[in-house]
Amino acid sequence: MTEHEHFEPVIIGFTCNWCSYRAADLAGTARMKYPPNIRLIRLMCSGRLDPTFVLKALSAGADGVMITGCHPGECHYIEQNYKAMRRYQLLKRTLTQMGIEPQRVKLVWASAAEGARLTEEITKLVEEVRALGPLQWPTSLNGHGARPAVETTGAVVSAKEVAA
Amino acid sequence: MTSPANLPEERIGVYVCHCGSNIAGTVDVEDVAQWAAGRLKHRGVVIARDYKFMCSSLGQEMIEKDIKELGLTRVVVAACSPHLHENTFRTACKRAGLNPYLCELVSIREQVSWVHTDKVAATEKSKAVVSGGVERVLWHEPLEPLRVPIHPATLIVGGGIAGIQAALEIADGGSPVYIVEREPSIGGHMAQFDKTFPTLDCAACILTPRMVSVGTHPNITMLTWSEVTKVDGYVGNFTVTVCKKARYVNTDLCNGCAVCQDKCPKKIVDEVFEAGLGYRKAIYTPFAQAVPKFPVIDRENCTYFQKGTCRACEKFCPTGAIDFNQQDETITLQVGNIILATGYDLFDPRRIPHYGYGRLANVFTSLEFERLSNAAGPTNGKIVLRDGVTEPKSVGIIHCVGSRDRNYNNYCSVICCMQGLKFAHLVKERTGATVFNFYIDMRTAAKAYDEFYQRVLEEGTLFIRGRVAEVTDAARLHGEEGKLIIQVEDTLASKQRRIPVDMVILSAGLQPRRDAKAVAKLFGISCSADGWYIEKHPKLDPVATMTEGIFIAGCVQGPKDIPSTVVQGAAAAARVLGRIQQKEIALEPVRASINQDRCSGCRICNNLCPYSAILFHEDRMVSEVNPALCQGCGTCVAACPAGAISGTGFSNEQILAQLEGLLMLNLDGDGRMPVKVREAVAI
Repeated sequence: MTEHEHFEPVIIGFTCNWCSYRAADLAGTARMKYPPNIRLIRLMCSGRLDPTFVLKALSAGADGVMITGCHPGECHYIEQNYKAMRRYQLLKRTLTQMGIEPQRVKLVWASAAEGARLTEEITKLVEEVRALGPLQWPTSLNGHGARPAVETTGAVVSAKEVAA
Repeated sequence: MTSPANLPEERIGVYVCHCGSNIAGTVDVEDVAQWAAGRLKHRGVVIARDYKFMCSSLGQEMIEKDIKELGLTRVVVAACSPHLHENTFRTACKRAGLNPYLCELVSIREQVSWVHTDKVAATEKSKAVVSGGVERVLWHEPLEPLRVPIHPATLIVGGGIAGIQAALEIADGGSPVYIVEREPSIGGHMAQFDKTFPTLDCAACILTPRMVSVGTHPNITMLTWSEVTKVDGYVGNFTVTVCKKARYVNTDLCNGCAVCQDKCPKKIVDEVFEAGLGYRKAIYTPFAQAVPKFPVIDRENCTYFQKGTCRACEKFCPTGAIDFNQQDETITLQVGNIILATGYDLFDPRRIPHYGYGRLANVFTSLEFERLSNAAGPTNGKIVLRDGVTEPKSVGIIHCVGSRDRNYNNYCSVICCMQGLKFAHLVKERTGATVFNFYIDMRTAAKAYDEFYQRVLEEGTLFIRGRVAEVTDAARLHGEEGKLIIQVEDTLASKQRRIPVDMVILSAGLQPRRDAKAVAKLFGISCSADGWYIEKHPKLDPVATMTEGIFIAGCVQGPKDIPSTVVQGAAAAARVLGRIQQKEIALEPVRASINQDRCSGCRICNNLCPYSAILFHEDRMVSEVNPALCQGCGTCVAACPAGAISGTGFSNEQILAQLEGLLMLNLDGDGRMPVKVREAVAI
């Protein structure tokens, strides 16, 4: 019995319109099953993923984030998934520096034919995040509890929102 | 929670579809609609309804009526995947006078009811999904589709029966066609066949007239012995680079007399057209009725190219058409649409060593047998053993070789049952031999197919149900000496049998072309896990792909017989002709644009664009997106440190609002996930 046994994580999934969103459609058509903890957002490409979306998701209540895209070499827009991959590597380092378990954010390649793979990866991530427990924003940044840390990242996003 | 400035004026309608029991069986749709009407009222929801089939005309009329009577300014439909019905609901909105891009379709079928079993959790997730849709739609902007002109020419890749059919349909419709074929002649696999099931008309008799029509059609440009090397551009305006390999024959002078082929001293086993059963020369056309009639010189095997002497073909050519100095040519084509009809490869039965192909001489593949029984083939249609003279007295035909087998290919190759029956009939008719067919299930599901099966049964062919375990030449019992013994479990008689025969034919399955993946990448489309190309919709859009302007036809989409292949060739042609007739196509207006007041001129975005769509103005030190080149991937939007780039349809506001909606931040104002939602999910 683990301490997080009854904890149901909330996962936000970013999907590419051309591959992983279609894989999710395929998983549905084939009636494959995965836990209801994930909620998907469709982007045109994994290259569209601004890393601050992930920080925003985590600061706004998600316990984990899945980023999905076409397999390397199969991007609908030639090579933009490589950019997503690079941003993901940087993001993981940033998360570590912020004191958040980088395993909460996962990059998965899933082609339009890989409904089964997506199903499997979602199931795995939900279990992994469940084992990590609810996301606790680190308090060590300023010693005043979790909220300021949230607002710090929130500020990053809002600055962008204002600018955009 | 961020809100657009015009929130108070927005009037949103939410429509939750039952999809019969597809959604309503797992999701409490009434509850979702009521919840949206109550809990999202402060976000502008003025009406929320559920309905049995939202995509039906009654469902659509309901939305249209609400737009008109309640003055809705935005619509959220919770139903199936946007890839299925986004257009349906956008069109409904448009009919009611609302800009179609102010409608958002969220998926609670593929992403909820079909993948989850817990009704409470599925209903709660549906609420979150609807909430995400409502927040997102608040940030939608009225848009106009992008109109792109369609170049009237079409490229067809592959000159088999699918490509031929498509080419003739489009050319007869009055539009120019380029057909690119890798081999020296068009015709494809069908040209290799002897008879076609179930009518038994000769393949050449029905195919060659069509090949000639392609060759002589004023609207068709044939590029044989050529391959596509590069594809640029997009629907309506592709630039395709084709490598036209050197034939070493001047086609302006050659009259196709074939004297060169008679005089060429070099004989090579023809692994392609004759499936390794016959020979060709170093200068050759694959078969007598080849279109075009011009031969090619196989450089690797030509004595002159390898040793520097010979030139027999040049010496005897009556028109002086041989040109050893010819070079490969690179041709650039402008086309509006592309049809891929590159066909299949035969499963290589060497992969199943216990069937003995390649080791036991008298085990043949289906394609080898086609050549053997073909009147124009290496034995002039005489069905004989590998020694070239002996007629078999008994023949075993093994079905499902490499198909329906988890060790090789899981899928059914569709044609092998009928092909096996055809072989049985031909062997019986020409040799009178005893014929055994070994099958798992007999699949003869098409017009006049089962009648053909009945006919072959009546002719006295013996059918044994069971997957063959082994083909061996190791005789154990009396009467097995010098024979091939087929070891099989007869599952109808429940016993093991050893059946000695003189000849074994493996009804091998079909598989994707060896280079199918590379070709898919070249054209920007996707392959299924098996390697067949993925159609836009398996039922409703079987010849289109997810990439606009690229169509597929024939076996490249999955195994199929000749009638279905022809149907797909014609279907793809019809899609292309429709496009050409409209002269332009409306595309999703998903594009990036740069606010030049905010652009700092850092140029980070410049190198990120794979289409070079971002220009930098040196004078003003700002970047600008060329909307004609931009494809809307959004990578630059995500990268701009100044937030100066925005993407229509997928703006930061839209994505972040959907995110907040999915996390139900719109329900209370403290910026955190409400505890209640967590509890609901926990159930």
